[in-house]
Amino acid sequence: MKGVRSLLKTTAIRLSLIYASIFGLLAVAIIFYMTGSTIKIFEAQIETSINAEVLELEQVFIAGGVNRLVVEMERRSRGPGANLYIVTNPAGVIIAGNVANIQSGVLDQVGWTGKPFQYSKFNNTQSNKYLAIARVVEISNGMHFLIGRDISQSETFGKVVKRALIFSLVAMVVLGLATWFFVGRRALKRIDMVSKSTNRILAGDRSERLPLSGGGDEFDRLSSGMNDMLDQINHLDKGLKQVSDNIAHDLKTPITRLRNKAETALTGKMTAANGRKALASVVEECDILIKTFDALLMIARVESGSTTAKFTRLNLSKILVDIVELYEPLAEESVLDFKTDIAVDIMVSGNRELLSQAMANLIDNAMKYSTKKKGEQTSIQISLQRNSKGALISVSDNGPGIPEDKRDHVMKRFTRLEKSRTRPGNGLGLSLVKAVVQLHKGTIVLGDNQPGLVVTMSFPTI
Amino acid sequence: MKILIVEDDADAASFLVKALGESGHTSDHAADGETGYHLAESGSYDVMIVDRMLPELDGLSMLKKIRANDDQTPALILSALGQVDDRVEGLRSGGDDYLTKPYAFSELLARVEILSRRKVSDDASTSLKVADLELDRLSHKVTRAQTAILLQPREYRLLEYLMQNAEKVVTRTMLLEKVWDYHFDPQTNVIDVHISRLRAKIDKDFDVQLLHTIRGSGYMLRAENG
Repeated sequence: MKGVRSLLKTTAIRLSLIYASIFGLLAVAIIFYMTGSTIKIFEAQIETSINAEVLELEQVFIAGGVNRLVVEMERRSRGPGANLYIVTNPAGVIIAGNVANIQSGVLDQVGWTGKPFQYSKFNNTQSNKYLAIARVVEISNGMHFLIGRDISQSETFGKVVKRALIFSLVAMVVLGLATWFFVGRRALKRIDMVSKSTNRILAGDRSERLPLSGGGDEFDRLSSGMNDMLDQINHLDKGLKQVSDNIAHDLKTPITRLRNKAETALTGKMTAANGRKALASVVEECDILIKTFDALLMIARVESGSTTAKFTRLNLSKILVDIVELYEPLAEESVLDFKTDIAVDIMVSGNRELLSQAMANLIDNAMKYSTKKKGEQTSIQISLQRNSKGALISVSDNGPGIPEDKRDHVMKRFTRLEKSRTRPGNGLGLSLVKAVVQLHKGTIVLGDNQPGLVVTMSFPTI
Repeated sequence: MKILIVEDDADAASFLVKALGESGHTSDHAADGETGYHLAESGSYDVMIVDRMLPELDGLSMLKKIRANDDQTPALILSALGQVDDRVEGLRSGGDDYLTKPYAFSELLARVEILSRRKVSDDASTSLKVADLELDRLSHKVTRAQTAILLQPREYRLLEYLMQNAEKVVTRTMLLEKVWDYHFDPQTNVIDVHISRLRAKIDKDFDVQLLHTIRGSGYMLRAENG
């Protein structure tokens, strides 16, 4: 019983029931209309033929009086499928015709009998009643004659039509209900399976997936779409977990350092100079932490794409030239040489601040890792070219480079290949570059400069 | 200098009042936007320091209201929101400068002092002069003791900014913002190298040094030593 109740609750069944009732009402209306109009057509035919006969018989009466009329009626009433004929005297007593008995009152009114009336025939037992409609005509000497027609035939026909229609309607309803029941139960079963799976997923089983029937129907399409969504959520979830693990780990290190510095100052000999020195280094550590947080927030914001709305048309060449100009004096100071090959007026759609920072990070990295040899000019190559795909930027150095298997890894947050971590940096530089490139719908590839690293980025131009 | 601080965090506000006091500035404190607005209306301040997120009336709305009364008191907006879009929004609402939290006090002080000067002269003069160093903003010519000094375009803009703000501390971040129009921190101190190049051009052949490094803060262009 519970199954039936839940079946009744399904949308499919409810809609079906609504449609079925509307359909049923319409069908009943059609039955009434059809039987009604069938009878009307019959009656109209009868009226026409009776009117014609009345005219003929009136002619007969005018020509030959009552006797000829009675003779003619007797003749006609003997024919096969004859109409009803009655002639009465002025007192209303039947004097001729083929009707044994007639419903009282019918003969009193001249003209068409409004409703069908009952009568009985001679050759049958008198109790057998038949239905007919008729026209009563008064002739000059106060006598009446009636011409009528049995309508039992048309009534029967109407009944047959009605019965056929009712039968087909009932059959349709029964078949429909059976189909709905079957389809609804199938749908319900599939939905039950899906909701069981989602319950397991909700309960924490992340590997659970929605069942597929393999038929490729709309349920399968929906389920496989949801499965893809679950895969993506799992993937993101894993990424998030890894990132938060990294963050926790990498922020713990500077915070521990901060704590150690403060503790050393507290336990050591407290002089004004010592205290000042310790506080200064504590502030310095705090600044580093703040910078790391800022960088993390920035990456998160860029990755979430919340700055996309502020894209404008930009001259990428000018952005790169400006950044090179910013770093060139510093490079020269550290005996580095910038070799630039920047094509002019390459336009992209983007955010100047973010693109500038990405370029700055790359140049900063290149300078940090360049290997300086005595008596030799070390150079960093920076180029911007237009190719078939768009704008191509490359920044290359002659440093230690990045082994091929680590190249994807270094673009993740907090990855630093140097174990000793002697060079300054927080391991977030390349992560931001990657996020910025992706925000600008570009690509980034790390390659081998033999020796050194070459970072190649491409951006769509406008 | 008389400063209005509109900041809802009591600790941050009392730190500011104390630190500004030690630097020789008196300040009034309002803990919400409405009070801040009324104080700004009644008192005459040299600079306002406005936190962006405030109860009652947020910082930007308060500034808009103040600016609608034709009050042009320079305002420094303090905010935890530090993206370029946030800055643009802050400056459009009537802020004159924007500083992201957490900040170094030296940075805030330098910016406040530069803002207060801006109220007096509006950078419109066609020539700037510090001791015997002169900069002609029409011809873009720079001379020191009548000797012409050739500068790169960026060096010119750097010097122009330092001269506009002569006698005031100018931080590295401020230079990066105003001269290069970058709002990120380029990690390595690229600005120092630009300054030392400029210094080589304007100070090297002269006895009196004009461009000074202020330890822990930034730089200052000034006529006298000490």
